[in-house]
Amino acid sequence: MTTKNILLTGVGGQGTILASKLLTEGLLSQGYDVKMSEVHGMSQREGPVLTHVRFGEKVFSPIVEAKRADVIIGFEELEVLRNLEYLREDGKGTVILNRVRVYPIGVQNGSEKYPENAAELISARVGKMVAMDASEEARKLGNIRVMNIILLGASVRQLGLEGIDWGRIIAENVKPQYVELNQQAFELGKSLS
Amino acid sequence: MKQLITGNEAVARGAWEAGVRFASAYPGTPSTEILENIATYEEIHSEWAPNEKTALESVIGASLAGARAIASMKHVGLNVAADPFFTFAYIGVNAGAVVVTADEPGQFSSQNEQDNRNYAKAAMMPMFEPSDSQECKDMLLEAFEISEQYDIPVLFRMTTRVCHSKSLVELGERQDVPLKPYVKNIKKYVAVPANAGPMKVKVQENQALLKVYSNNCQWNRIEMNEPGIGIICSGDCYLYAREVFGDDASYLKLGFTNPLPDDLIREFASRVEKIYIIEENDPYIEEHVRALGIACDGKNIFPRNGEMKPEVIRSVIYGEEYPVDDEVRAAVIPRPPTLCAGCPHRGFFYELGRRKNIMVSGDIGCYTLASGAPYHAMETTVCMGASISLGHGAQQVFDTIEGNKMRVISVLGDSTFFHTGINSLLDVAYNKSNLITVVLDNRITAMTGQQDNPGSGRTIQGEIIEAISIEAIARAFGFRNVRVINPNQLTEVKQALDWALALQEPSVIITRWPCALKKQTPLDQEEFKGSFTSVYWVNEEICIGCKKCTRTGCPAIVFQVAKKKSSIDPEKCVGCSVCAQVCPKQAIQKVEA
Repeated sequence: MTTKNILLTGVGGQGTILASKLLTEGLLSQGYDVKMSEVHGMSQREGPVLTHVRFGEKVFSPIVEAKRADVIIGFEELEVLRNLEYLREDGKGTVILNRVRVYPIGVQNGSEKYPENAAELISARVGKMVAMDASEEARKLGNIRVMNIILLGASVRQLGLEGIDWGRIIAENVKPQYVELNQQAFELGKSLS
Repeated sequence: MKQLITGNEAVARGAWEAGVRFASAYPGTPSTEILENIATYEEIHSEWAPNEKTALESVIGASLAGARAIASMKHVGLNVAADPFFTFAYIGVNAGAVVVTADEPGQFSSQNEQDNRNYAKAAMMPMFEPSDSQECKDMLLEAFEISEQYDIPVLFRMTTRVCHSKSLVELGERQDVPLKPYVKNIKKYVAVPANAGPMKVKVQENQALLKVYSNNCQWNRIEMNEPGIGIICSGDCYLYAREVFGDDASYLKLGFTNPLPDDLIREFASRVEKIYIIEENDPYIEEHVRALGIACDGKNIFPRNGEMKPEVIRSVIYGEEYPVDDEVRAAVIPRPPTLCAGCPHRGFFYELGRRKNIMVSGDIGCYTLASGAPYHAMETTVCMGASISLGHGAQQVFDTIEGNKMRVISVLGDSTFFHTGINSLLDVAYNKSNLITVVLDNRITAMTGQQDNPGSGRTIQGEIIEAISIEAIARAFGFRNVRVINPNQLTEVKQALDWALALQEPSVIITRWPCALKKQTPLDQEEFKGSFTSVYWVNEEICIGCKKCTRTGCPAIVFQVAKKKSSIDPEKCVGCSVCAQVCPKQAIQKVEA
């Protein structure tokens, strides 16, 4: 198989790191070679987070090349827009889009305008866009923090990775009291995709 | 058993497997997690040092005392440690010693993009350059062997991507490496001129022996595929090149890069038609290859700055274009990092930014963000500790101008003060400049992610210790004007600045309040009782929409453009109250429990 390229993009505190950890654990359980790279130095200070995940038979570079991402898992609209130039241009790229806006400081203080048309700009450039308000869905499940796992579930469906025992991967990587909630969130994400 | 781990975790694991007993570091991106992970192994005595020089010097001592030892630091940290680094090569080791440098092509979190491979060459020290996590571990184990075999410390050069990327690693067991006895050997360990001359000759002879190793070791290898294109590369560049060229090119993959393997380079050159040198930053390999009389392409076609990512290589070699999407680019707005809600630096910089006739000499930490909007209250940043000494020099010159009104305010954090600011403060005390020094004492090393320091009251292994007092240090240096204030109280900040600016002699202000993210020690909990427990809200009936509160730069404050009213995100607010003090109408109020 050719190497698959995935990006997870969002803002510090949105749970991209746990989502990418679960994703890589799942891929490893299938015997894939996996590499992952993160830039998160500023994430505690409201900065952007971008995680590269690559898998296949043999992976060399830990980072996704521009115009070569197969899937972008977007936790926040502006951050997807910022990294959209990573997506493949042959019309076969997929974006999982969380319909959530986290305002940068410039928007909060009224000095800058958030790109309200982000979702339209994105959908015009992708083969497939799966959009959902995962934060709202998570709130309905009773804990806003499982938003990341809903998005992971949706992404797994789009990546065709449903054969992996995700229930076990979740059980092995989250605190016992949150296993069931996260498994529910994962299934919900799959069904929304 | 294989695990998916970062290069930093792999180095820590490698140190443990190599039987290392002593490790010391000063935190610095992207190297910080090396010592944090080493500290999880109880067999290794681990310490946060005040700076990289003390870290390396204590590693020299540990090696002489017979323990395998490792020091890790970011690239600019090696500048601080350069003094012991060079002479350590001369005196050599007893038990093996390794110095890790984590370079930053792309400058994600650094003040410069220097290439520390030059240090290995200048110090005549053997050097490894791993590409992935498995190599981090394997090469580190080998580095200790080389160190002991050739009686010399080894430089282990990583880059951000190698440090922070995860790949699979086969884990091993810890080697049983007994302590070596310390043997008094004045000729070997005392680098006075009479001894250092012969030491230098020994190091030079070592280089000749290491060249033989370099030509024959497993870390430098030729991978022959198509002979049309031959690529010489090291570190993460090898992975990027493999990604772009696959089996359409042949590779000379270099993992041991000082001294470089002349014979192997010549052999490779004879087997391929066109040679490209792919490396980040300086033409370190390229200059060597050219000096061997071998024609090649390197920095004449590739950029000298930033990362040599696959798209960079592909566009240079194959001319592939990566067109810019103008519509998307125009819509994207920046998401700059900010001081956190409740950050104790906020109140101080809010006040400082309003002063006239001052020069703010800054330093390296979270507070460097004060150079940006909305504060614009930091005018210089050079290197750790420079705020005080740079400010000292500037104040001395300003004061030679007749009728001078310019005052210099030097601002640095607690960890940076302990790092090298302490030496600079001695300069002020001794040479008596009319400088105002402000230590933003948030009781932790915050920028790199909450590492303990001499003032935090805790060691890396969690032992509670007596925090070193910054005001006691200032007083011991002879400063008569020392004030400790709470930076969240704007009146206190204002009064302290007025006081210091009115003085005609040096002063030290310590703003003392913990980082909002600090896991507080029992002593902190006592001193800062009730901190970060309240929340504020905006009474919209009183708010006049003047936006003054937004000028504190707090990420918890949201200005509702349509309503022309401010609001506070209760999830983010931790009750520092700075915005409430700034509000001219008392519209910002404490939420009563």
